[in-house]
Amino acid sequence: MAVSVTDLSVARGGVPLLEAVSFTVAAGEALILRGPNGAGKTTLLRTLAGLQPPLSGRIGVADDAVAFAGHADGVKSALSVTENLDFWASIFGVTDISPALEAFDLAALAPRRAGLLSAGQKRRVGLARLVLTGRPVWLLDEPTVSLDARAVASLMRCLARHLAAGGSAVIASHTDLDLSPARPLDLSGYRARDPAPDRFDEAYS
Amino acid sequence: MIAVLARDLKLAVRAGGGFGLALAFFLIVVVLVPFALGPDTGLLTRIAPGVLWLGALLSCLLSLDRIFALDWEDGSLDLLATSPCPLELLCAVKALAHWLTTGLPLVLLAPVLGVLLNLPAAGVAPLTLSLLTGTPALSMIGAFGAALTVGLRRGGLLLSLIVLPLYVPTLILGAEVARRGAAGQSYETPALLLAGLTCGTIALLPFAAAAVLKVNLR
Repeated sequence: MAVSVTDLSVARGGVPLLEAVSFTVAAGEALILRGPNGAGKTTLLRTLAGLQPPLSGRIGVADDAVAFAGHADGVKSALSVTENLDFWASIFGVTDISPALEAFDLAALAPRRAGLLSAGQKRRVGLARLVLTGRPVWLLDEPTVSLDARAVASLMRCLARHLAAGGSAVIASHTDLDLSPARPLDLSGYRARDPAPDRFDEAYS
Repeated sequence: MIAVLARDLKLAVRAGGGFGLALAFFLIVVVLVPFALGPDTGLLTRIAPGVLWLGALLSCLLSLDRIFALDWEDGSLDLLATSPCPLELLCAVKALAHWLTTGLPLVLLAPVLGVLLNLPAAGVAPLTLSLLTGTPALSMIGAFGAALTVGLRRGGLLLSLIVLPLYVPTLILGAEVARRGAAGQSYETPALLLAGLTCGTIALLPFAAAAVLKVNLR
């Protein structure tokens, strides 16, 4: 089991968002998180990535197994595409960045300064980093934002390859992803009860 | 880890990296002090070590908020925190990169600017020595302060207020080494204390910085 989550509660800024979330993601499988804005998709992903502690519950995933890609791409504008990817490659102990460039069709952009790229191109550089991590569990937060149809197709191809190689993924997305085997999980059913106490005394009890 | 250091150095010297800011500020302070005080060379000689140390400290302060803020803004800090490199080491390397781009140039520039303040020739070596042993502590303490205030918009003000009192011991000891050296006295004791302070800072603060960084990333 690549990821197993038992009875997990998460909070953002002290406000509980989700409670009693339980799921497992097997190797070779993707889980698509669904839910309205503010449902707690990002918070759940950040908790899985180990960036914040859970309120309660257990997360069964090794810290060194996850690769996280959030809203921000972590791309340095002053460096070229190659330099950006080279940096992440050496952080993860990889020397060859050509698979990443190829997966997201970045070869033509490689020598360009990242600051000159469009939002979609920058996103592609951010996603290409995932290929370099070599980690089995990908946590993707809205990966298709600002991508065009062709780039979404590359992402799906890349994800399919990752799953076929025994990897797994947890993806928060509003769009329908053409990916299999993928299982949807609607988070609106796990919304935490309103924690606001009725009376002043209860707040301090 | 070498990769983080190399990237930070590269980013600092590229356009918009703010490499020259601290140096320019240091130059301005030291050049303007004699104009403000008048042509009393005896007075300048007396205050030269203190002015050089104060100028170096304030220049160091200018670029502190960039240590983590830029990586936080573009999301790199989240990604680095989930990468195989330990956060403690990351904080230490970030401080080292700050020192190499700010502290070390100040150390090299200070003896030259000492001429403008009529620093006696005997005082040059102790001044350089004190800055060389003291400025790493400034960068490390600054990295801790930057970790505390990362994520705050315009956190620079709070950062300066937090960091200034922590800079006081380094300033007192560093300026004392430079002053005694310039006056021809023995400066062994404050120099050893300063070196001890810097070593302690480098040994302990990466852990403190990593701990507060973890809290701030939530």
